[in-house]
Amino acid sequence: MLSYVLKRLLWTIPTLFGVTLLVFSMVHLTPGDPAAAILGDKANARSVADLRAKMGLDKPLYQQYFIYINHLAHGDFGRSANSNEEVMTEFLDRFPATVELSLVAMLIAVFFGIGAGIISAVKRYSIFDYGSMFGALAGVSMPVFWLGLMLIYFFSVKLGWLPVSGRLGYEFDIEHVTGLYLVDSLIAHDYAAFWDALKHLILPAIALGTIPMAIIARMTRSSMIEVMKEEYIKTARAKGCTRFQVIFIHALRNAMMPVITVIGLMLGSLFAGAILTETTFSWPGIGKWLVNAVYQRDFAIIQSTTLIIAIVFIIINFIVDLLYAFINPKIRLS
Amino acid sequence: MEPFFEFIKQYRKNRAAVFGFFIALALVIMAIFAPWIAPYLPADQHLADRLIPPMWDAGGSAAHLLGTDDFGRDLFSRIIYGSRISLMVGAISVGVSLSFGLVMGITAAYFGGKVDLFIMRIVDIMLAIPAILLAIVIVSILGPSLYSAMTAIGIVGIPTYARIVRASVLAEREKEYVIASRINGSSNLRLMFAVILPNCASPIIVQATMGFASAVLEAAGLSFLGLGAQPPTPEWGAMLSDSLQFITTAPWMIFYPGLAIFLTVLGFNLMGDGLMDVLDPKLKEKG
Repeated sequence: MLSYVLKRLLWTIPTLFGVTLLVFSMVHLTPGDPAAAILGDKANARSVADLRAKMGLDKPLYQQYFIYINHLAHGDFGRSANSNEEVMTEFLDRFPATVELSLVAMLIAVFFGIGAGIISAVKRYSIFDYGSMFGALAGVSMPVFWLGLMLIYFFSVKLGWLPVSGRLGYEFDIEHVTGLYLVDSLIAHDYAAFWDALKHLILPAIALGTIPMAIIARMTRSSMIEVMKEEYIKTARAKGCTRFQVIFIHALRNAMMPVITVIGLMLGSLFAGAILTETTFSWPGIGKWLVNAVYQRDFAIIQSTTLIIAIVFIIINFIVDLLYAFINPKIRLS
Repeated sequence: MEPFFEFIKQYRKNRAAVFGFFIALALVIMAIFAPWIAPYLPADQHLADRLIPPMWDAGGSAAHLLGTDDFGRDLFSRIIYGSRISLMVGAISVGVSLSFGLVMGITAAYFGGKVDLFIMRIVDIMLAIPAILLAIVIVSILGPSLYSAMTAIGIVGIPTYARIVRASVLAEREKEYVIASRINGSSNLRLMFAVILPNCASPIIVQATMGFASAVLEAAGLSFLGLGAQPPTPEWGAMLSDSLQFITTAPWMIFYPGLAIFLTVLGFNLMGDGLMDVLDPKLKEKG
């Protein structure tokens, strides 16, 4: 197992290297001079040259790359060209909002996805099966931002049940501990704030959770159907287990393996899917911040966010692979 | 013709796939005959007729089936013309992904060894960044426009195709007909593209159909973020993002363009699902 872990860990190095190279070359692939772009049309040649020197753009490319890597290794992700704040500080301010949204979306997706998948598999070819599988296909085809807007229209505009956008009402102020409002409000025993944060969270989380839910439902169904054909299920039935025991104790545990892999892999892409959801709901996370950075051509933010998310993605993939190898000996031995 | 009729017979068994085919067909007809179907030009502004609701709502008029937007442009006409953009986005993005992915996948699998290792490393690096994020990075390099979005989505799709092509070429490479053709003196290029490739067509066709759906979805997403098609282009995602402020006063401006995206993507996904049933049943079983 240890040799598998080490081998798998070594494989991430070239990938990480490639991602930094890609992110580094971004600025240089962009047409025009980055320094001139930051200073605008009215800048004179001298100030452009000064800024170029300050940014290290006057050095050869390979030196610039090593300087960049050296900065990264020291945790220096650069400064935003617009706010002049440290990118890492701004990132960490917004990251908890995205994490909270993604986690709640994933919870919804896992709970309803697995539930629908099990019922479909057990009651195969029933109306529920056809309905939920069509629903799952529709879910995969759903534009997240449109679903979000429809939810806002029905639940916020028409019915007035839930807030239209944002993360918390102005009247509330939650002390920052974890950055996750649901957790922080509970720590402070501020239940009114918890309720308000939950109400703000519910629609974006449903919108973001729809695609993973659809994928999980389809995966659970096909995996359950496969497992239910196995001999040991027949044995369990023959020895007199109840239907409930057969489904939830014997079948589900074995059917979950491919589903867990998919859940792990989707967690990474969920952070990215949050970009559209956050824009729809004015959710103050990294997605909205990133899109604004693209409008303003703030490359330090785009580069760092891409790099950080890619690293998170690589780590999650790594953990999923390990879990998978841990559960399934065939993989680590091959 | 026999295999073709057999294919049609099998495909027809899947009702949802037939439904998907008709959606796709409707889309193609809409795109080709847009000037005859649409009552107005997509950019025609009638400022006197601003924000008219759909025909069946109170205050609607028969002159504007799905109502008008804040510039008095006919929503129905804009959606019809929008189908041209969606079809173009799907075709060009899939074209880019497919052509690069095909060459990369087939080269990796055919030559194996270091070539394979090198190409698959590039693929891994591209897959390390979530698709829409990579697309945003590419758009930020090229500058926001419909063409940047298409290029970005095309590039982002390359690794998926490369992997699928590689896997199926690997399965075919050592088969007897390939070896026979090699003994007969076929060149590498001939073996790769004329002998092996046609036998790998099924999974590629399925992926291209599904890829078309996701390209349309991603392009709409980028345009919604303001990073794709720019106003006044009647692109469905861009139409949505222009209408955000009218969600309380003119919800139809949001409802119908989104429905058009949803149906298009659903149609191609259903078609892909049906093709998978017929062409590649083994793939389906894997989930």
